[in-house]
Amino acid sequence: MLRLDPLPLAASASNLLAAREQMAFTLGFHIVLSCLGVALPATILVANYVGLRRDDSDAMELARRWSKAMAVTFAVGAVTGTVLSFEFGLLWPRFMDRFGAAFGIAFAIEGIFFFLEAIFLAIYIYGWKRLSGWAHFWSGVPMVLTGIGGAFAVVAANGWMNQPQGFTLDAAGKVVDTNPVQVIFNPASGYEVPHMILAAYMVVGFGVASIYAAGMLKGRRDRLHRLGLLIPLTIACIATPIQLFVGDTAARAVADHQPAKFAGMECIQESGPDQTEYIGGICTSSGVKGAIPLPGLDSFLVGFSKNTEVTGLNDIPADERPPANTFLHLSFDAMVGIGTALLALGAWLAFVWWRRRDIPKTPWFLRAVAVSGAGAVLALWAGWIVTEVGRQPWIVQGYMRTAEAVTPAHGIWFSFALVLVLYAAIGTIAILVLRGMSKRWREGAAGPDTPYAPSAEATP
Amino acid sequence: MTRADVCAVVLWVGVTAYALFGGADFGGGFWDLVAGGAERGERPRAVIQRSLTPVWEANHVWLIFILVVLWTAFPPAFSAVMTTLYVPLALAALGIVLRGSGFAFRKSIEGLSGRRAAGATFAISSLLTPFFMGCVVGAIAAGNVPGGGDGPAFSSWLQPLPLLTGAMFVASGAYLAAVFLVGDARRAGDERLERYFARRALAAALVAGVAAAFGLVELHAEARYIFDRLTSEGLPLIVLSAACGLGVLTILIAATRRSAPASPWLLRPLAAGAVVAVIWGWGVAQFPYLVPTSLKITQSAAPPDTLSTVIVVFLAAAVLVLPALALLYWLSQQELLGE
Repeated sequence: MLRLDPLPLAASASNLLAAREQMAFTLGFHIVLSCLGVALPATILVANYVGLRRDDSDAMELARRWSKAMAVTFAVGAVTGTVLSFEFGLLWPRFMDRFGAAFGIAFAIEGIFFFLEAIFLAIYIYGWKRLSGWAHFWSGVPMVLTGIGGAFAVVAANGWMNQPQGFTLDAAGKVVDTNPVQVIFNPASGYEVPHMILAAYMVVGFGVASIYAAGMLKGRRDRLHRLGLLIPLTIACIATPIQLFVGDTAARAVADHQPAKFAGMECIQESGPDQTEYIGGICTSSGVKGAIPLPGLDSFLVGFSKNTEVTGLNDIPADERPPANTFLHLSFDAMVGIGTALLALGAWLAFVWWRRRDIPKTPWFLRAVAVSGAGAVLALWAGWIVTEVGRQPWIVQGYMRTAEAVTPAHGIWFSFALVLVLYAAIGTIAILVLRGMSKRWREGAAGPDTPYAPSAEATP
Repeated sequence: MTRADVCAVVLWVGVTAYALFGGADFGGGFWDLVAGGAERGERPRAVIQRSLTPVWEANHVWLIFILVVLWTAFPPAFSAVMTTLYVPLALAALGIVLRGSGFAFRKSIEGLSGRRAAGATFAISSLLTPFFMGCVVGAIAAGNVPGGGDGPAFSSWLQPLPLLTGAMFVASGAYLAAVFLVGDARRAGDERLERYFARRALAAALVAGVAAAFGLVELHAEARYIFDRLTSEGLPLIVLSAACGLGVLTILIAATRRSAPASPWLLRPLAAGAVVAVIWGWGVAQFPYLVPTSLKITQSAAPPDTLSTVIVVFLAAAVLVLPALALLYWLSQQELLGE
C-alpha cells in the first residue's frame, strides 16, 4: 500500500498566497471569456437581425463568423468556469464548509441560467444550416437573457461576499438559518451586477470593434469591416456612459459599506472632511507621493460636499486593512481613467455621426478603436482587483478571513504552476485558432471549419 | 421524506444524468482514441464528432449541477470530499480543461499535425476524467473520506476499489457511447459502421461487467456497509441492472451476427437502464449516509430555507431545462444541427 500521506502539512501562509494567486489568475482568465458569453450573443443577434430585416448579406456574414468564434470561446469558457467550481472546494474548502449554505444559493440559480445558455447556444451555433432564418434568430434570443441572468447570479454571490446578509450563526459560528432572498438581493448586488453586465458589453463591444478597426487600418475598407466596426462599437458606446454612472454609484456605496476598501483604493490615511482626491501616485503611511492632488474632490465625490467625512485607514484596525494600497489605488485609477477615455471615444463617434452620418475620417479614430478592446479588458481586470484585493483580509467581509478559508492540502504552488502553463497554452492556441479562422474567411478559402458555413442545400 | 432527503435525491438525479450523458460523451472520446490511424479511423471519428458536437457542452453542465447542489445543500460533505480527494479531483478537472479545449480547437485549428495534437488531447483526456471521477466515487463508497475532511491525500483512493471503479467508469462510458453510436450509424444508413459499434459495445459491456464483478468482491472486502445493503435493500435494482445488461447483450450479439438489426428504441433504454439501476442501487445502499459511513444526509444538510431553495431551483430546472434539453436532442437527432 502506498503511504505518501504523512508529508508535513504545507505552511498555511505559503498556501494562502499560492491559493490567492491561482484563484486570481484563473478568475482573470475566465472573466474575459465570460464577458464573451454574456454580451457576444446580443452583438451577434443585432447583426443577425439587421441581416434578416434588411436582407443584408454582410451583416449575416458577420453574425455567422461571430457565432463560429463564439463556439470556440464558449467551450473554453465552459471548462475554465468548471475549474473555478472545483477551486471553491480545492482551494477554499473551509469557506464552502462554513458558508456554502448561504453563498451557494445564488450559484444554484446560476446553474439554471448556464444550462439554458449552453443549450440554446448549441442550437444557435449549429442551427445555421438547417433552421429557417427567423426560427434560428429566435433560438438565439434565450442566450441573451440567460447570459444576463447568469451574470446576475454569479455577481450576486460575489456581492454577498462583500456585503453578507441573510443568515444566522450559532455560537460555534455555524450557519443555522438562511434567508435566500436576502442572500441574493444583498446591497452590493444592486450595483455590482449592473456594473459587471455593462462591463461585459463594453469588453465585447470595444473588443470586437477593435479587431475590425485594426483591419481597416491595414486597408480593408470594405462594407463588411465598416459594419463589423459599427455594430459592436455602437453597443459599447451606449453602455459606457451608463457604466460611468453605475460605477460612480458603486464607489459611493463602497465608501459607505466597506470603508476599509475605499480608504485603501483612495489612499486615505486620516479620517475627516475635505479629503483630497489623488490621481496616480504611491501610497505611503505619511500620504500619497507623486500624485496629482485635487483638494476636496474625494469628499465631494462621496457626499456631494467638501465637508463629507470619509473614513481613513487610521480608523481601521491594522489587521483589517487591505494590503497593497498602491496597487489597489492604481488599479482603481486605471479603471476610471480607461472608462473616461472610452467615454470620450464614444462622444467623438457620436458627434461625427450626428454631423456627417459617418465615422471620423482620421486614422487616429481607428487607432483609438483598435486599442479600445485591450483597454476595456484592462479596466475589467483593474475593477476586479479593486473588488477582490480591496476586500482582503476577508473572504466574507467581517465574518471570515481568507486565511481561515484556505485549504491545508499540499501542492498548491505546484497546481498554480501547472495552471499557469496550461492556461498560457490554451490562451495562445485560442488566439491562434481565432486568427486562423479570420484569415481563412478573408481568403474565402475552404478551411477545416467550412462545414459550418451554409451549403447550397441549406438554402431552400 | 425530509427536505434533506429530497435534496439528496436531486443530487442523485444529477449524478445519474451526468453518468448517462457525460459518460457517453467520454465514451465517444474513448472510441475516437482507439479508432486507429487517420485513414482507418476517419469514418467512425466523423460519426462520433457529429454526435458529440452539438450536445457535449449541455451534457457537461450536469457536472456543474452536481457540484452546486453538493456545496449548497451539503456543504460539509463537499468540503470533506474536496479536502480528502483533491488529487484525483484536480486530475479530473485537468482532464475536463484539456478535453473541452481540445475538442473546441480540433476542428478549427490549422494544419494536420496541429489538428492531430488537439484531437489526441481530446481523446486521451476523455480517459482521464471518467477514470479519476470513478476513483473519487469508489473512494467515497469505500468509506475512505472522513466526515471532517482532510483525509489522506493518496491512500484514500490509491486502493483496489477506487481504481477498479475508475476502470468501470471508463468501460461503462465506452459501452453507453457505443450503444448510442450504433443508433446514429444506423440512422446514417451505414450498416458496416453499425456492426463496428455493436462489436465495440459488446466488448465494452463485457469489460464493464468483469470490472463490476471484481468490484463486488472488493466491495465485500473494503466497503462492507455498502456490500451488505447492496445485496439486501439494493438487490432489486442490481437484478434490474443485470436484466437490462443481458437484454442489451442479446440484441448486440444478434446485431453483430447480422441476424437482426439492433433497434435503437429498445437498445438505448436498456443500456441506459443498466447504468441507472446501478447508480440508484448504490444510492439505496449508502442511504442514509451521504459520505459512508462518516456523514449522514441529515448531519451535513444546510439550513431548511437553503434546502427549499435547492428544491425550488430543481423544479424550475425540470420545467425550463428539460424541455430545452429535449429540444436540443430532438433537433440533433433530426440532424437539424450540424457544423
